[in-house]
Amino acid sequence: MKNGWRSHVPKLEDLARRHGLDWAPVIFEAVPDSFMSEIAVYGLPVRMPHWSFGARYIYQLVQRHMGYSRLFEVVFPGNPGHAYLASSNGLADNILVTAHVLGHADFSNNNLLFRRCQDQGSEHIVEHAASHARQIERDIESYGMNAVEQVLDAALSLEQYIDIDQVLRRERYPEYMPAAPQPTDDAFRARFALLDAGVAAPAHLRKTRAPLPPHPERDLLWFIATYAPEMESWERDIFLAVREESFYFYPVYATQIMNEGWASYWHARLLREADFIPQAAYLDAIKCHSDVVRPIAAGEQIALSVNPYHLGFTLWEEIVKNSGIDAARQMMREDDDFSFLRNHLTREIATEMGLFRFQRQQNGQVKVVAGDIEALQESLLMDKFNFGAPRIAATEVRGDGTLVLQHDSQLDGRGLDADRARKVLAYVKRVWRRPVLLNTVDAASQPVVHSADSAAA
Amino acid sequence: MSKDSETEPSPVNGWYELFSRGSRDWLRHSEKIREAVREHLPQIVAGSDIINHGARTVRVPVRMLEHYRFRLRDSGESEGVGQGKAKPGDVLGQGNPQSGPGQKGAGGKEGGGTELLLEFKVDEIIDWLWEDLKLPNLQPRAGPSEDSDWQREGWDRRGARSRLDRRRSFKESVKRRAKDASSPAFTDEDLRFRQLKRRRQPAMRAAVFFLLDVSGSMTERDRQVSKTFFFWVAAGLRRQYRSLDIVFVAHTTDAWEFNEEDFFKVTGSGGTVASTGFAKVREIMQSRFNPANCNVYLFYASDGDNAADDRIPARSELEAIAKVARYAGYIEISAAATRGSQSETFRLFQEIAATGLPSGQFSVAGADDVSAAVRHFFAAESQAGAQGAAPAGAPGVSP
Repeated sequence: MKNGWRSHVPKLEDLARRHGLDWAPVIFEAVPDSFMSEIAVYGLPVRMPHWSFGARYIYQLVQRHMGYSRLFEVVFPGNPGHAYLASSNGLADNILVTAHVLGHADFSNNNLLFRRCQDQGSEHIVEHAASHARQIERDIESYGMNAVEQVLDAALSLEQYIDIDQVLRRERYPEYMPAAPQPTDDAFRARFALLDAGVAAPAHLRKTRAPLPPHPERDLLWFIATYAPEMESWERDIFLAVREESFYFYPVYATQIMNEGWASYWHARLLREADFIPQAAYLDAIKCHSDVVRPIAAGEQIALSVNPYHLGFTLWEEIVKNSGIDAARQMMREDDDFSFLRNHLTREIATEMGLFRFQRQQNGQVKVVAGDIEALQESLLMDKFNFGAPRIAATEVRGDGTLVLQHDSQLDGRGLDADRARKVLAYVKRVWRRPVLLNTVDAASQPVVHSADSAAA
Repeated sequence: MSKDSETEPSPVNGWYELFSRGSRDWLRHSEKIREAVREHLPQIVAGSDIINHGARTVRVPVRMLEHYRFRLRDSGESEGVGQGKAKPGDVLGQGNPQSGPGQKGAGGKEGGGTELLLEFKVDEIIDWLWEDLKLPNLQPRAGPSEDSDWQREGWDRRGARSRLDRRRSFKESVKRRAKDASSPAFTDEDLRFRQLKRRRQPAMRAAVFFLLDVSGSMTERDRQVSKTFFFWVAAGLRRQYRSLDIVFVAHTTDAWEFNEEDFFKVTGSGGTVASTGFAKVREIMQSRFNPANCNVYLFYASDGDNAADDRIPARSELEAIAKVARYAGYIEISAAATRGSQSETFRLFQEIAATGLPSGQFSVAGADDVSAAVRHFFAAESQAGAQGAAPAGAPGVSP
């Protein structure tokens, strides 16, 4: 903890403030690598237990042993924010990382998507997630591992299914159809009102029950938690806990390129202007910076992926150069990755960076394809819609309680993986406690209905 | 990364070292895998190649569990964006078709497809079999002879360190300090050691005869199935008997005793005369095992083609064995299951069972049926055993 970088934090913060960065206080902590791996796997420092995290954890451990990835820092937005720094970082790493964290903190404090999700939820997602975890531990004690695990199996398999345009604490749908608009008082109405009360029992006051759901509902976690016929209240709470965490994850996911680019831009810039850093540490930090924003792994000519740090960093450099820092700050506030790439990734920048679109064919062959800049942008963004998950909405609850889900195969371009879909339906059925059906299309684009029990194709 | 000279060796708040959620969830994952494997007992039992010679464990390759999500059907094609010196039309080598779409989604970090090799204790699998099949425990037949054995009995102030009873010693200490609070926490006077004593108890010995037909008609595959079957029978009997003698006998038109190693390598040729095998078993039984105080089992594996003129001798020999043995079982290995019940040997065992002697027969087509066979025999045996020491009165076991 005392390898000297802490003394640089106030100086870096001063410098950042002079540049107009504006963030909520951040608590810095140095943590062991094992803890860093856990954060990477769970997405939050303390999160609910589930066996699927265990599988990912081992995978991550193997990766780390093979030297694939090294995490320098993870930062969680909030007031105060939390920044966890790997204790294996050297002084230079930590100076760089501190500057980087300030960039992130500025971003999450100002970007409207982040702001909205924090206003909806809270500025204390780290603490909330920890209290969800604690509650679930208590549930395990009360109801047993298997019962809780069944709920988590279902809730976490639907974790991408939230509706970010809705509020976090949603009300139930109105139970009845909205009343017909009240007739205005015209001459006829005035005379009609004079009639015998019995005659005038107006038909429009009879209430009609609204269908459930009134419109296709993408917020499956909320819908199930709210309308499942026989769910226990602790089970509903687990669904809502997972949903709240997904609300937190969404902006992180949907602004990754911008956010990492912004933080990289600022760590580079603050470092350049920080005259108080010892010369040796400065050189190390610059080297570390160039590793982070490196487009292609050392010794390679071509990469089949794009480093989001590099892409974001390049775009922000370009934007600040051409439009100035004030315009850049406005974009930082108002954009997400979709608008950011579509508005600012130009043909020229893409060519300069050497970005290309490729197609992987069935035989595994990878072929570079031509295309305009829009195609390239959409390719980059393809996995970002809806957390990269297929679009599925609840469309109907039948009289017998059967839940009907509808997959938007038109927008997604093809049907679902049938085996996995059935497995997920089996998870959901255990909490919905009534049949669950899913409409999608098969390999021949013919409509097909899956259920938890339908035989494997 | 180069470390700065200011770096101290242990800059970390030790509190974070206490987190082990990843390992905890990994343990849960392993537990679930074991449960999943347990649901596939018949396949494990059938996989005869997993049985290491003499080993008490079997190894089963399993896949990491996948937490399922909705995913688009893998169309085999995908697109993406890369970076580097490439122009439209370039072919960038052969990618791995498996690492296609879906891997990049939010939850795409699952180590799907990673294989683990899990080791299971044979005893554990036998326990599962017993639980799954809801088999009652075997009722050993106690002979008139007695064994002596060490049993735990009483406590003493002196004894071997390994038999120190901590709980009892601590109680003594509490008692003493209740009288005199100022005395030391522990003294030698407090220590209590568990004592052992020799006790005589009824002998529960068991012997199992594995009789294998190695005539020309028994293929390599048939022998594999027999081996698997014998392995699980022996494991099942060991569950009940502390000392189990296993005798391996092979026969064609003549019969020989083998040691385990050679037994499964024996290949014979020529015809099948089952009575020679039974006679050999009876001979060994009479010379080495007294059926009066030993639980004798016979399991016979064959393809059922016994010589027609052997029917009478085979029957009398088998009857003689079945009268004194705990159980005589026959497993018929026939590729064509339809043929099963008509075979010479199958009919022989049916007749013996019909007379009320503790015997049974079961026909298997391949290794997949072995667990069903094990189940059949042990269920039948415990039914027969429940009748106590009067096997002649036990109802016959029908196939």
